Amino acid sequence: MSFVEYGDTIKDGDTAIVFLGHESMFPVKVQHGTVTQTKYGVIRHSTDLIGKKYGSKVTCSKGGWVFILHPTPELWTMNLPHRTQILYSTDISIITMMLELKPGSIVCESGTGSGSLSHALIRTVAPTGHLYTVEFHQQRAEKAREEFREHGVEHLVTVTNQDVCKSGFGVSNIADAVFLDIPSPWEAIGHAKSALKAEGGRICSFSPCIEQVQRTCLALEEYGFTEINTLEILLRVYNVRTISLQIPDLGKAAEDISSTGFDSSSPSHQGSPCANLQQGTVQFKSGVPLREVVGHTGYLTFATKS
Amino acid sequence: AMEGGPSARIREGDCAVLKRDEVFKAVSVLRRRKIIFEKQWFYLDNAIGHIYGTTFEVTSGGNLQPKQEVEETTTETKEAGTDNRNIVDDGKSQKLTHDDIKALKDKGIKGQEIVQQLIENSTTFRDKTEFAQDKYIKKKKKKYEAVITIVKPSTRILSTMYYAREPGKINHLRYDTLAQMLTLGNIHAGNKMIVMETCAGLVLGAVMERMGGYGSIIQMYPGGGPVRAATSCFGFPKPFFDNLHEFPLSKVQSLLSGTFTTETLPADPEDNALVEEESNGLSEEKQTSPQETEEEPTTEAAMEINTTEEQDTMDINAEDVEFKDKKENKENVREKQMKQWERRRKLIEAAALLREKNADGLIVASKFHPTPLLLSLLEFVAPSRPFVVYCQYKEPLLECYTKLRERGGVVNLKLSETWLRNYQVLPDRSHPKLTMSGGGGYLLSGITVVLDKSKSDSSNSEAQKMEEPSSKRCKLQDLPC
Repeated sequence: MSFVEYGDTIKDGDTAIVFLGHESMFPVKVQHGTVTQTKYGVIRHSTDLIGKKYGSKVTCSKGGWVFILHPTPELWTMNLPHRTQILYSTDISIITMMLELKPGSIVCESGTGSGSLSHALIRTVAPTGHLYTVEFHQQRAEKAREEFREHGVEHLVTVTNQDVCKSGFGVSNIADAVFLDIPSPWEAIGHAKSALKAEGGRICSFSPCIEQVQRTCLALEEYGFTEINTLEILLRVYNVRTISLQIPDLGKAAEDISSTGFDSSSPSHQGSPCANLQQGTVQFKSGVPLREVVGHTGYLTFATKS
Repeated sequence: AMEGGPSARIREGDCAVLKRDEVFKAVSVLRRRKIIFEKQWFYLDNAIGHIYGTTFEVTSGGNLQPKQEVEETTTETKEAGTDNRNIVDDGKSQKLTHDDIKALKDKGIKGQEIVQQLIENSTTFRDKTEFAQDKYIKKKKKKYEAVITIVKPSTRILSTMYYAREPGKINHLRYDTLAQMLTLGNIHAGNKMIVMETCAGLVLGAVMERMGGYGSIIQMYPGGGPVRAATSCFGFPKPFFDNLHEFPLSKVQSLLSGTFTTETLPADPEDNALVEEESNGLSEEKQTSPQETEEEPTTEAAMEINTTEEQDTMDINAEDVEFKDKKENKENVREKQMKQWERRRKLIEAAALLREKNADGLIVASKFHPTPLLLSLLEFVAPSRPFVVYCQYKEPLLECYTKLRERGGVVNLKLSETWLRNYQVLPDRSHPKLTMSGGGGYLLSGITVVLDKSKSDSSNSEAQKMEEPSSKRCKLQDLPC
């Protein structure tokens, strides 16, 4: 396995995802002789994992079971050890599309942070593209290098430990796209411009506060970027539930209600398999929004160098 | 390199996109071909050889001329009011009449100069606030300055263009939703993907762009052949099509049950449609008309239905004529036979790829009900691979979710939607844009796992417990909504 190439069977040294249930999973480094504890009991790597197919059900020592999943940047994002605040897949997907990334693209990124976006970028530009990522925090830079090695993608990425606002990306006239997730992106716009290819490219900056966006947009204009566009993307997740609502008693007999075709006359219930009328209730399937959702991650500002 | 794509310079025969402000139009770059875009007409001849991203001015005679960067000249007498307490809308603030403006345009005066004249002849301009002046100039520039930018096609541009111009053709799939699909589906070089779409080939093109010519794609199509109008706008290099396969949806069941043969398949997509029309015309018609269940179908939807049906009948008539001609022409027969062989060979290839049942993912974005598609097509996908289904409506995905749960073999099911908000960012005038899109569709995504058929009943109930704690379920059922 690697994060840029699917494999069928679990091998020694792989990073696999142990899936215990809804939103409950964690990554594990597969190693001969190692055991992993879960709430369903122990997983023995040599016998339970190595040589098995990805996607298999693995029975743990207490009789419970888990699924072992092939790693992807999206699963990694949901499970990686946080060293910083990270970008999630919803923002990552619009960043990837709006930066026009594809196999062969050269991308510059700063900061590397916990490597959530980095893994997604590497996946998209492989096998012929490259990611130049800059992180001013020395331990974080080193940790990122280590992870890229473990995940079999080190040939696709260069991690540089320096301050992007002072020293830039360490490359010039080479990038198709630049991504900035730093506190003062306006100080890095000039470096971004020189990192981009002479014939042009795309840039994106992520900032939580509108004041940061203001200054970034001014800097982008100053450096001659065009198509400056700021947007925000929000994810809405729905739980699929069967809901039953009681029918109010207005003094009518129960059979009266059913003979009027209460649920079939309402268009929203037509053809719905679960709209069967029970005694005094109507059941239906609904997509119920979560009680609390992420209302803001950051503003994404895109622009073109041409 | 495989990912090559078009060069940085505009070449004859390229697929390019015209851009004016936020409006896009895809065109082929051809010499001496008149283009009409945003009420302007012009020829692309002069654009050839320039770098993509160049902005052109349309001059008289429809020629394009690279726009020179001009210094703003209006700054000399920077006078502005502070509020609008004394500005009265008497309709007489502009001293130039309609005829005057038309005369200026007829003289072939540059848009820039017309805007300058409008400003000079506006009695209220000086009293407007600085911001209002800015807005006035922008509005006039938009109207009188005939400029277009020629850009390279990409998923970003084409999906934005389709959503704005022809949302009906892509089932109202908004570009941020498409972006989610590509990420959730882990689309990347080297994948073996199954794509089932009725989005004019836009989703297929997006997948092809992300795969960069590495790996393979099997496109499942309804009716007589895959629609790839949008795919062709991407201008992919030829090698990208070497590993693009296609397989008719109507043969999926026979492939799964092992009774699949290519014996009955005609050569041409058009012929295929004809045969189907003859054999079971009714069911075919049912399939092609969108199942609009709103009480009052919008006029747009009604138009879609009409055009679909019209095109179908036209195709059939044309085919009928060709059919007769063919009988008289032996050359044609041989050619058709060759085509048929080629088509059969490709079909056998696609069938073999599917039979391996080891695809790296499944992408569905169609006008059809997603449940039967998912239940069948997931059979071809390897375990531990992502799948993503798009639907314009939420309700079919609720059903699909339930059916997938019953079937088993999937984890991490997620029903989601994204909201997109655009911002105006200007000094002291930043705010969300006035309008935002009402709906860009819904996604159901998940990951396949090894399907344990022997004890599917017990594992199902366990899976239910795992992913939907009963305590939570009760709580929600108790909610009065």
